[in-house]
Amino acid sequence: MTSTAQPPPLVDALPTAEAEPPEQGGSRRRGGLTGYLLLLPATLWLLLFFVVPFYSLVATSLFDPSGSDFRGYEMTWEFGNYVDAVRDYWQPLLRSLWYGGLATLFCLVLGYVLAYAIAFKAGRWKNLLLVLVVAPFFTSFLVRTLSWKLILADDGFVVETLQFLHLLGDDGRLLATPVAVVAGLTYNFLPFMVLPLYASLEKIDPRLIEASGDLYANPFVGFFKVTWPLSLPGVVSGTLLTFIPAAGDFINAQLLGSPNQRMVGGVVQSLFTDANDYPAAGALSVIMMGGILMMVLVYVRRAGTEDLL
Amino acid sequence: MSRPAGTTGRWVREHLVLLLGLLVLVYTFVPIAVVVLMSFNDPDSRLIYRFDGFTIDNWLNPCAEPSMCDAVVRSVEIGLLATVLATLLGTLAAFAMVRHRFVGRSTANLLVFLPMAAPEIVLGASLLALFVASGLGGQLGFWTILVAHVMFCLSFVIVAVRARLAGLDDTLEQAAMDLYATPAQTFWRVTFPLVFPGILGAALLAFSLSFDDFIITNLNAGNTTTFPMYVWGVAQRGVPMQVNVVGTVMLVLSIAIVLAGELRARRRAGR
Repeated sequence: MTSTAQPPPLVDALPTAEAEPPEQGGSRRRGGLTGYLLLLPATLWLLLFFVVPFYSLVATSLFDPSGSDFRGYEMTWEFGNYVDAVRDYWQPLLRSLWYGGLATLFCLVLGYVLAYAIAFKAGRWKNLLLVLVVAPFFTSFLVRTLSWKLILADDGFVVETLQFLHLLGDDGRLLATPVAVVAGLTYNFLPFMVLPLYASLEKIDPRLIEASGDLYANPFVGFFKVTWPLSLPGVVSGTLLTFIPAAGDFINAQLLGSPNQRMVGGVVQSLFTDANDYPAAGALSVIMMGGILMMVLVYVRRAGTEDLL
Repeated sequence: MSRPAGTTGRWVREHLVLLLGLLVLVYTFVPIAVVVLMSFNDPDSRLIYRFDGFTIDNWLNPCAEPSMCDAVVRSVEIGLLATVLATLLGTLAAFAMVRHRFVGRSTANLLVFLPMAAPEIVLGASLLALFVASGLGGQLGFWTILVAHVMFCLSFVIVAVRARLAGLDDTLEQAAMDLYATPAQTFWRVTFPLVFPGILGAALLAFSLSFDDFIITNLNAGNTTTFPMYVWGVAQRGVPMQVNVVGTVMLVLSIAIVLAGELRARRRAGR
């Protein structure tokens, strides 16, 4: 590798397993007050508008549910809000896990192929292809999702082809089905999978893969014994970066699905803005956040890449 | 190479993977192509979203729906302000994290990582809960959106600039110091120009995150309408094709910026 071309900065920008840069010359780090001063504004902002709000959300989730925006809420340590939230909304909760998980799996398969092709087969087109991977990211999320509505429309090309091939009944449709929602999620979050995968694959010395071939491993064995294990950090961060926003998303479910595909994010949103039921919305959000945090911890520990945090 | 089967396998792997990869890339561009196509659409009815005929009217009258243009302007205003603030605060923090010693490094890392790991709906709901609890529930609008956008852009800026800084070879800085440059001169003449592409990339990312955000914004916007909120609103009632003009312009602009950066970098490398 004589090329010194750096990947476009946008690729650096997406968090990867290597989020914390290697401690190169930690001893060269300067001490003193300057570090604290530089760090202060950002830390304050995150404390005030990320940490404190989260406490506020937890507090809200324990308010007396009979209060309202209008009369105000009372803190009654109402843990029953959580029980009610799970009882009323267990379906959207499970559905979000299911759709998010499926979309993540599809993203992993599609994203791995694309990242592998870019890392090992693209040669001098590497950077151009990376730009193309992030390019869709820059067209409005909502406008792109609306396009899917057109692509999957009942009289559209995709549905008619599937009907012609008898993969879909004559009055079958894709819109307002789980298929459309999962397809939309897969599409929208694919770049979050490709970039960390690419970052991991790119670091693999191709000679290792050649060596496995020289040692009479067939390409498949070579892949599963060499490439895949070495790319695991990328797989871990990619799946997390895809699953979390996909499970929390409700734009796809709303625009491409029907009320039967409602996801938990949509429930929280409408509890806040339409029903004004803040305690229930708070409880449901805390459940989501707790579930995701737990998942991240277990998953990261299992996969053995604790340095992700 | 003596085993034909292995060679065939290798050939298939080499070309099939590239081909499949390109197919995946094509898949990601199908909806984009639809956006560009629909920006030239002459719809029979606003209720049916399909291509009915070719026209350039949408491009000639992008503001046929004044409320859409208002929303775009508002999104640009918020995006620019949020980008400047987040890039400034984030760059300072990134320098601290790479170049300085401080107590609580792992806590700081966690604080930067968590907003990226939290689902947007939780971030938005938390902020709304805080605003309501502090009596600002009636004043949701431009400023609460801005606060929210700076918050979620910050982590991405910090990670981007930090990656660039950490990858920096500091022998150049040492050389500058050896040649009697003051710390300030070293910073502005050597360090800053080297980090600048990273900062620019981070700013571009921040702007697009801000411009595109719907979930967090919608919870904290009150009666203010940003572009994604406008699209969300009209998605139920019938979408004006000008929405696709905005989508296309965004795409073209960002590709142009990224390519310009690439070309510059390439020309430098070639020199």
